[in-house]
Amino acid sequence: MWKWLHPYAKTERLYQLSSTLLPWFSIAALLLLISGCVWGLMFAPADYQQGDAARIMYIHVPSAILSMSTYAAMAIAALIGIVWQIRTADMAVAAIAPTGAMVTFVALFTGAAWGKPMWGTWWVWDARLTSELILLFMYLGVIALYNAFEDKQQAGRAAGILALVGVINLPIIHYSVEWWNTLHQGASITKLSKPSIDPAMLWPLLINLLGFACLIASLSLAALKNEIIRREKHRPWVQQLVSDI
Amino acid sequence: MVVSTLNAVFKRELVLAFRQKSELLQPVMFFILVISLFPLGVGPGPETLQKIGPGVIWVAALLSALFGLERIFRDDFADGTLEQQMLSGIPLSLVVLLKVAAHWLVSILPLIVVSPLLSLFLNLTSAMYTALLATLLLGTPLLSLLGAIGVALTVGVRKGSVLLSLMLLPFFVPLLIFATAAVEAAALQLPYNGQLALLGALFLLALALSPVATAYALKVSQN
Repeated sequence: MWKWLHPYAKTERLYQLSSTLLPWFSIAALLLLISGCVWGLMFAPADYQQGDAARIMYIHVPSAILSMSTYAAMAIAALIGIVWQIRTADMAVAAIAPTGAMVTFVALFTGAAWGKPMWGTWWVWDARLTSELILLFMYLGVIALYNAFEDKQQAGRAAGILALVGVINLPIIHYSVEWWNTLHQGASITKLSKPSIDPAMLWPLLINLLGFACLIASLSLAALKNEIIRREKHRPWVQQLVSDI
Repeated sequence: MVVSTLNAVFKRELVLAFRQKSELLQPVMFFILVISLFPLGVGPGPETLQKIGPGVIWVAALLSALFGLERIFRDDFADGTLEQQMLSGIPLSLVVLLKVAAHWLVSILPLIVVSPLLSLFLNLTSAMYTALLATLLLGTPLLSLLGAIGVALTVGVRKGSVLLSLMLLPFFVPLLIFATAAVEAAALQLPYNGQLALLGALFLLALALSPVATAYALKVSQN
């Protein structure tokens, strides 16, 4: 695996790889999201209790699930960057962070829009909502730290350390918030009654989940390409690339 | 040799801190002022104050600790002392640990010393205050240890103080939750050993990992 991975420590090779992968992920994301959304929003049966309002789950659930995994992906990139001192991994951290923040925001926003008709309020201090909100703050912290440095190599290293500290803290925060909420429980109906989901609803959900994953991958790859160009603009191959356009 | 050098580092930290007495008092003043604002903001009802008291004291402690936190490395970083300490051959994580300990002694301990006064302001019962004191003693070292990582990361950045709070506050969520839960349990006369044990566990985890992470972050910042 090492031999296979090592060439991508070179920015040029990584740029080529990203350029090759990007269209595939983008097309897959487009197809999957269109089919998943059309199926979910128009053909899947409405929820027997919540009616059509529950259809927002086809956006909400995938983004909520993937917001945490995106953080994990960022932390893995950070670990690679710190352990093997691979500069391109730090660039990946910087590229993944804004994407993750966006996904987390989508999850929070759709959650609020779903909460209004179902719980009668935009926001409750429910365990999951709170840890999602804190996750968003952690993404924003990584982005802010990265942007604070002039020297981007140092910035990538620092953001990587923060991402790793965050990934140790994330489970602690998650479980402490869960525990806090069960302690304070009382007013809100936060647990949706969860009937094991009907296959007619499950399939569009899974398609959208995959579609979101492809979307996150393609957005991160595009951001990574930009990051490489921005940081390597003095290199001959980038100048060649620019003059070719 | 290492022990005597570390001893000297520790002494130096304390001496430097006590020579800047005004800077030393600022976090305490801030702590008292913020807490005095709360009765004015939410009304002087003793029951309300008792209910929000533990949370208010803890949040105020977090904020005032954040204000003083930059002092751990800022000056030493600016005048090159830190670089010399890195080159001295002593493990940097030990130096970091001593700096954090010194910082806790001079910046955080005063907050704990004035906390009885504040618990009077907010009408806490003596059982609640005992629990609060225990959580402060266990929780604030954790605060300093986690904070040191953040300071080490931002020490090279100009105007890093807002950035520092932005980065660190999410990490203090578990601390806040367990600490206030312990005090609430004490208010209901329930045992709160569990919360204290969790705080202790978090403290030990931070004690093991934070100096190493801080030392690495300092090396990145020094760069």
